[in-house]
Amino acid sequence: MTLAAPNYELLHQEGLETSLLEISMGPHHPSTHGVFRMDVKLDGETVVDLKPVFGYLHRNHEKLAENMTYLSSMPFTDRLDYFNSMTNNWAYALAAEKLIEVEVPERAEYLRVIMAELTRLVNHVTLVGFFMNDLGALGTPLMYAFREREKILDLFEQASGARMMCNYFRFGGLRNDVPEGWLDRTREVVDRFPAFLDEYERLLCENEIILSRTQGVGNLSRELAVNAGITGPMLRASGVNYDLRKVDAYGIYDRFKFRVPYTDGDTGDCYDRFMIRMLEMRESVAILKQALADIPEGDIIGKVSKVFKPKPAEVYGRIEGPKGELGFYLIADGTTKPYRYRVRPPSLINLTVLRDMCLGGQIADAVIILGSIDIVLGEVDR
Amino acid sequence: MSILGGGIFKGMGVTLRNFVGSYFRKERLTTNDYSWRPENKLPQSIGDYPKEEGEQLSDTTTVNHYSRNFPMLLHDTGEPMDTIRCVACRICERECPPQCIYIEKSTEKKEDADGKPQFYPAKFDIDVSVCMSCQICVEVCPFDAIVMNSQFELSTPDRFGGLLVRRDDLLKSNDYYHKIHPQEAASRDQKMADEKAAKEAKKKAAAEKVKAAAEAKAAAAEAANESKKDTE
Amino acid sequence: MSELSHESLLNEFPEALWDEAAGAVILPAVNARTIAEWLLASGWDYCSNVTGVDYLEAEVKEKITNDAGETETVTRTEPGRIDVVYHLYSMANKTGPLIIKQRTGREGATVKSLTPVWRSCDLQEREVYDLFGVDFKGHPDQRRILMWDEFEGHPMRRDYTEPFDYEWEPTPHAEILEKHQRGKVIV
Repeated sequence: MTLAAPNYELLHQEGLETSLLEISMGPHHPSTHGVFRMDVKLDGETVVDLKPVFGYLHRNHEKLAENMTYLSSMPFTDRLDYFNSMTNNWAYALAAEKLIEVEVPERAEYLRVIMAELTRLVNHVTLVGFFMNDLGALGTPLMYAFREREKILDLFEQASGARMMCNYFRFGGLRNDVPEGWLDRTREVVDRFPAFLDEYERLLCENEIILSRTQGVGNLSRELAVNAGITGPMLRASGVNYDLRKVDAYGIYDRFKFRVPYTDGDTGDCYDRFMIRMLEMRESVAILKQALADIPEGDIIGKVSKVFKPKPAEVYGRIEGPKGELGFYLIADGTTKPYRYRVRPPSLINLTVLRDMCLGGQIADAVIILGSIDIVLGEVDR
Repeated sequence: MSILGGGIFKGMGVTLRNFVGSYFRKERLTTNDYSWRPENKLPQSIGDYPKEEGEQLSDTTTVNHYSRNFPMLLHDTGEPMDTIRCVACRICERECPPQCIYIEKSTEKKEDADGKPQFYPAKFDIDVSVCMSCQICVEVCPFDAIVMNSQFELSTPDRFGGLLVRRDDLLKSNDYYHKIHPQEAASRDQKMADEKAAKEAKKKAAAEKVKAAAEAKAAAAEAANESKKDTE
Repeated sequence: MSELSHESLLNEFPEALWDEAAGAVILPAVNARTIAEWLLASGWDYCSNVTGVDYLEAEVKEKITNDAGETETVTRTEPGRIDVVYHLYSMANKTGPLIIKQRTGREGATVKSLTPVWRSCDLQEREVYDLFGVDFKGHPDQRRILMWDEFEGHPMRRDYTEPFDYEWEPTPHAEILEKHQRGKVIV
């Protein structure tokens, strides 16, 4: 959409004074998903300029982690993207395991995949609920989404003792085995999930209001998406087939049969980003079914001491988190603490193109574009 | 799309199904069903909360097997301070991510439950206003001395002192631990017993080795003596 | 298309250094942008991670063989430096990573901004500017990103000391923190 500059001279002739309106949306605006601010310049209702402002939740997670042992920063990774503590744990464990070279037992690998895919379901289902909330569908879709999320959070609680701050992964495996009967309960939840998805799609995907609000809004071209380092569902909605579960095949993802949904066009709009997530949930269910079918018995953690001193090295471990590529860059210097600890936050980097997508659109569209990016401020600000 | 607004009506159908269905099927309810939790473990009504200061809810407020709240110190059967397991090695203090543990080591040794002289914590404070229930201290403890309690009714009118739990309040018996986390406590006891047995077996083997070596030495000495005698 | 490896980069630009221990290519300060553009053109289309690493001045002991053929231990002072690290991947060819570094001194740290080449560096270079105090020449919008504009200092530098905490209030936790700060607990 191109922006037609208003003819100011004409307006003045008619005796109307006009100027651009500067609005600071946030940090307590309900649509910004946390303490996030958009400094918007408006011409009427058209967005002329937009600057994301954040850092309100900044706690210098990286500096904290550099001043404590490797194991101690594991619970802090939960607090990065607080919807997906399991995948945050996994990314960190994956990077640290490159430093200490420990073999992860088979059962732990399977449970890791199960936990990560359940987390993906939690994240996507919550995102879709909040996305509808941003669109003005207050309540109903979000309530249904939270009903399903709650079932998975119960599973997390039974396995790890906490619903959101799971702190469940350890270097070389997992903290404890899942309790008796947990796998059966998970199977039950997973088996019921596709029925919920069918119903949810009936509720939302053909709704004319949703279609007209989201289609053609917030276009992101493929070239820009790749160049701006966009990852995750947002990248795939712009037509790039890039999923680290396939590319890196970390863990044991090469054993499962699943498809990577992506659009065939050159651009992706808000509707594409929403639909990609709906489709990804079905693939997650497929992975979960396979993993739950052939999970073996056995050990849960490899032989690794709780406090260790890795040899000096630089490693970068990354996984396909629900929001995109979550990476941990660690530099070991031979002590018990990392010399450098860096999180590559997908939420932050996906914000790079927020301005490009919002320019020329309506102010109400900026809200849903932000909703379709899927950010969590705990991770953006760290 | 056949008619305009068809998608909306379809969606309305879904809401209607959920509305009617929620009267017959529990999983359609947007409020959650916690039937999997052990019965009567959570306070059911306002009267179940402690009325007087210091009064605690029933011992077993375990929500589920792995639920973790704040740490407590374990002691074996007997007087708490005579059988305390903690030897004030301060590994947990070092590893605690939010740094909420404060330990001062005793100056003199005292006999522990096995009768072995050990150091003990002269001071062991946990600031529960800082603790984030991550369970790292439990994992790193080599003596199985610190485990997670499930007591969560900790509200206090004193913001400063009331949230700093001292050593004597932290000390709980192993029996209590068995009550709140039966499976975990049993496996921990099993692990400790195994380790003890392994240690004793090792000790025994070492002693036997020493004995054997002494015998061999004696035999050698005897042989030497005898050969000496022979030469004489 | 040329082969996606650090060797082809080193062949094309012999002035770039290969750091074996870190597995990274250190770009010369002069033509870092030119090399980056060449890298983008040769297939490294995705710049994943940008970060800084601060190294303080350190004394390094190393064994060398002197002219007489004997090994001796020499202590030399390694000057402090800041590395800006870029992790490059190729989305089209699904390979990577290629790690490139720009090296600069700690005082008046300046490197070339690679944001015009890869847009993904935009917010991350701003973060490095904010937390490490590295000036990115050519960055389109270099402002503080996580700290507020009036903030002084660069918190991720290793010699950064916290200013007096004006929100401090006495809690029972204070004595614990104090003990930690005295360095008794941290090994």
